[in-house]
Amino acid sequence: MPLLSIRGLGVRYGNNVQALDGVDLDLGAGERLAIIGESGSGKSTLARAVAALLPPTATLQGKVTWPELGRVARNGRDIGFVFQDPASSLDPVISVGDQVAEVAHVNLDMAWPAARRLAGELLDRVRLPEPALLASAYPHQLSGGQKQRVAIAAAIAAGPRLLIADEATSALDTIVQAEIVALIRRLVDEDGMALLFVSHDIALAANLADRIAVFRHGRMVELAATGDLIAAPVSDYTRALLGAHLGLGAALGAGA
Amino acid sequence: MSAPLLGVEGLSKRFSRGGKNFAALDGVGFSIAAGETLALVGPSGSGKSTVARILLRLVEADAGSVHFQGQDLLALRGPALRAVRAKLQMVFQDPQAAFNPRATVARLLDDPLRIHGVVDRSERPKAIAALLARVGLSAELAGRAVHEISGGQRQRVAIARALATRPSLIVLDEAVSALDVLVRADILRLLAELQREQGIAYLFISHDLGAVRAIAHRIAIMDGGRIVEQGAARAVIAAPVSATGKALVAATPELPVSKETVS
Repeated sequence: MPLLSIRGLGVRYGNNVQALDGVDLDLGAGERLAIIGESGSGKSTLARAVAALLPPTATLQGKVTWPELGRVARNGRDIGFVFQDPASSLDPVISVGDQVAEVAHVNLDMAWPAARRLAGELLDRVRLPEPALLASAYPHQLSGGQKQRVAIAAAIAAGPRLLIADEATSALDTIVQAEIVALIRRLVDEDGMALLFVSHDIALAANLADRIAVFRHGRMVELAATGDLIAAPVSDYTRALLGAHLGLGAALGAGA
Repeated sequence: MSAPLLGVEGLSKRFSRGGKNFAALDGVGFSIAAGETLALVGPSGSGKSTVARILLRLVEADAGSVHFQGQDLLALRGPALRAVRAKLQMVFQDPQAAFNPRATVARLLDDPLRIHGVVDRSERPKAIAALLARVGLSAELAGRAVHEISGGQRQRVAIARALATRPSLIVLDEAVSALDVLVRADILRLLAELQREQGIAYLFISHDLGAVRAIAHRIAIMDGGRIVEQGAARAVIAAPVSATGKALVAATPELPVSKETVS
């Protein structure tokens, strides 16, 4: 029984743009699925539709169900969502410790002292330096990478079954990106969470995901196990994306 | 050996932030030969964009010198500076932020042609069409507004605009970082082609070692306001010496298969 089941999912925004069309997808408990695509592919719309975070102007077709839960998943409790820009997902005037504690307080009905203790442990788990000290810091006092660690701590505070990372490393530089990806991998392993990793970077995704779904113009053009998709892509579009990947092994014929 | 196209020596700059004074640049030196691409690579806050801003004279250096085509760039004023600016162009990460969104593509390309007196008024429409063709855009785009075209098209327009004054050096500050994967590969190919044909040199500023690998001849790695490593692109990527170089190489995502199939 899958954790998440998506059938015939379509999303249309107010301006009559069909952002997503006819998507069928299952996600097993503990499975790591990457959603790959360029801008306008619908990958972020899919992530938001799963977490019920779409704006009110969006209309939905099809169904998103949670067979293993047997009920509708709640964002915060069952789903942890990490956005691209941690500055916009964190409240600038609340200490980062309290923002993490609030997720546990609200979703787990935890009293504040216990929630704050849990927040301290979570800030330590996401490897913030001096978590006890940083718990009372405000977002603007942290670097981009540290803010994203706080956002991840908040996302997993209630022990969700699914972690959604929507371009969560795209605004970070390469070195910090690798650290955050390593952190996500470790947390997902340790807690047995399922992962929906939304990215434009197919190589980054391939190093993290069990399966990869490639999206283009609102449709899923290919879905396969990571190894199969990399070694033997079926769609021309996937092949083009793989060909355009700029690794350290191959050049485009320029420079060196 | 003849003097390099661009020679930077002992460049230093201190900023104060939150009451603290820190060195954004601390004795940075490098050179670029005509027709060559040097990549300036480093993590956020390493100082690489400060180098670009000093070259463009957007901020003043505290110490050090910059020689461009034999002239002391930091001492130039007025008409002499304007003349040099025609030869030293810049392309930014987000052309939408750099351009007036309602300006037409033709207007954006006409500006540098007019200001720098590159061609006579009667010749300018032809020059604009040639610039568009050169960056792979249709002449029909000339009448469109900047906000009506795609991000990749905008970046091609930014390159065409930089080309208008026949520069010998273009500073590319994270110029492909915000582009979609397929568009990014196309723009890098275009840049390489322009370099082969016109002998333009590039200072390619980026945090993305994959893009750097695709276009740069040499790499200078920055961290904490200093250049911590400098060398031929292939050598630096194959065997980085500095801690930052090693961290950048290790952090660059690779396709799992390419690890097995590429020797």
